[in-house]
Amino acid sequence: MQRTDRERKQEQTGVSRISQAFERAQKLRSAALMPYFTLGYPTMESSVEIISAVAEESDLLELGVPFSDPLADGPTIQRSTQQALDNGTTVAGCLQMVAQLRRRGIDTPILLMGYYNPVMAYGEEAYVRDAAAAGADGFIIPDLPLEEAAEMEALADNYGLALVYFLAPTSPEARIAAVARHAKGFIYLVSLTGVTGARAALHADLGDFISRVRRQTTVPLAVGFGISTPEQAAAVGQLADGVIVGSAVINAADAAEDKPAAARQFVKSLQEGLNRR
Amino acid sequence: MQEKLPTQPDAQGKFGPYGGQFVPETLMPALEELLTAYQEARADAEFMGEFHRLLKDYVGRPSALTHAKRLSEQLGGAQIYLKREDLNHSGAHKINNALGQALLAKRMGKKRIVAETGAGQHGVGSATACALLGLECIVYMGTVDIARQQPNVYRMKLLGAEVRPVSSGSKTLKDAINEAIRDWVTNVDSTHYLLGSVLGPHPYPMMVRDFQSVIGAEAREQMLAACGRLPDSIIACVGGGSNAMGIFHAFRDDHEVDFIGVEAGGEGIESGKHAARFADLNISRLGVLQGTKSFVMQTADGQIMETHSISAGLDYPSVGPEHAWMRDQERAGYTYATDAEALAAFQRLSETEGIIPALESAHAVAEAIKLAPTMRPDQILLVNLSGRGDKDLDTVINQLAL
Ligand SMILES: Cc1ncc(COP(=O)(O)O)c(C=O)c1O
Repeated sequence: MQRTDRERKQEQTGVSRISQAFERAQKLRSAALMPYFTLGYPTMESSVEIISAVAEESDLLELGVPFSDPLADGPTIQRSTQQALDNGTTVAGCLQMVAQLRRRGIDTPILLMGYYNPVMAYGEEAYVRDAAAAGADGFIIPDLPLEEAAEMEALADNYGLALVYFLAPTSPEARIAAVARHAKGFIYLVSLTGVTGARAALHADLGDFISRVRRQTTVPLAVGFGISTPEQAAAVGQLADGVIVGSAVINAADAAEDKPAAARQFVKSLQEGLNRR
Repeated sequence: MQEKLPTQPDAQGKFGPYGGQFVPETLMPALEELLTAYQEARADAEFMGEFHRLLKDYVGRPSALTHAKRLSEQLGGAQIYLKREDLNHSGAHKINNALGQALLAKRMGKKRIVAETGAGQHGVGSATACALLGLECIVYMGTVDIARQQPNVYRMKLLGAEVRPVSSGSKTLKDAINEAIRDWVTNVDSTHYLLGSVLGPHPYPMMVRDFQSVIGAEAREQMLAACGRLPDSIIACVGGGSNAMGIFHAFRDDHEVDFIGVEAGGEGIESGKHAARFADLNISRLGVLQGTKSFVMQTADGQIMETHSISAGLDYPSVGPEHAWMRDQERAGYTYATDAEALAAFQRLSETEGIIPALESAHAVAEAIKLAPTMRPDQILLVNLSGRGDKDLDTVINQLAL
């Protein structure tokens, strides 16, 4: 019996939607493109407009839930999350924005990127439940390493959502193996030792780092931190399954009057860079 | 017999539900490396010998124990004894930990040190230790704190450190720690993060406490020598909580000795302008800040709140995880002193004993002034005088219109 699209969609989990996004990109012989944007920036209304426009050129979306003390972020994302907080953006407000994106028909997989304290304040279980209801597919929590993540991972599993783990160039083989055992959706590879922010050049050892992880897992590997031009995206796309670009998207939006168009145009140029191989 | 409190956190670096390692993945291997290096160093008689030699020959330890006779007489109650960390080289207890960690960094082959500072005492301590051991030193400091602790900024520069102003967020200690951690993430191979209090991810709360525990070890012997018995209560101010943990630790199994931690009451708890994490449990709740799980002053939405204190060293929205745990275990009690009470105590100790305390330490003195008259003259209060007040003269001169 043929199932309707709708029925099939309902059987899907966040994890499977993320996996399919990587598979689709792979079929097109390209890495998946995952832009980051801060929810509530530069204003609550325009943030939804910008993200909607960016989504049209994206395989996945990483959306920032602002926190007052973002210690893994560089100046660009710090400034954007502080502005979002000044605009009155809350965790609940972020989940509403995700629901709004879904109501607009945007079905790109969404990863919520946010620090752990606001999640604790909201309540871990409530956060996962409400994020699932809003239409999010997974979580990226930069200050929640594997050792501290058991509770969040179990909750995310309950709702079929992915808790995405990081690996860094400093991660030794044993940590890579441990993260590989827990990985769902994809693994977030930090391209360099440092914080987020556009960089002029990619790290020389990136290829080596990616192959060290590749040897231990078949889960898609997405690389982020510092990637800011179509050429860099193309270079990383040769090595990894996914490319994450954050600060450069914000810079592109900041620089223009028509922010949704500018952000979309920039992401499109990244996408073209990826498909050039 | 009462149960002994374990002296070590569990394998995850937790004291009960508090502590842990809430840091980006990039730093996890560095914390592992630090823990291993620290455990090896502690077991190495040569390393510990060098540490204690420096504490003696360079810092000038043991620091004195002073009977504050005139103050005790005036108050007409308990005898107040002062553990004189203000007499340490560089002016506060902070040097104990700074030397310990700088020695460890050197042993680990790290030639670059980053540190944060609030009052500037930890920055000065770090700059001093780095000058002594030939290490590069970068100190992050909020611009609000740079303005109110000018003398310490100049001292750090004279000692060869680079002071990097931090103008994000509340521009105080918390924001300086964010920047120091960002620097550490970026330069983790070459750099040791010399954290200045019993805060941050494991092993810092344990390691900083251990390096500071010389305070209590000395004070315990000195009390026994001077009075033939232990004090009834020990009072210390609590910013992150390192001077308090440092003096408490050696007495933790002496259950007849009460521990009192004094937080910054700022302009009063009702005003909301304070840093008394244990005093207002509506806004201070279990949370994670800068690598550790503890009480955190935060909004309903989990954003970290701006704190206020007249003393830069107590102006921080979270508190060391072992303090939260000792409070749960009812091993330690916590109270607060307001800005006004601390200022009054600052002035009073200066005039009655000829000792100008740091504004941080004046919070502990303020509690002793409240408590002593409720006690008998044969009872003893031991106050940790964590530092001296030279750095605070500008602030105090403005406030007291001298
Ligand atoms: C003299 C003095 N006392 C106390 C403190 C507070 O820190 P802690 O609670 O870690 O002792 C500071 C911090 O700068 C200080 O300089």
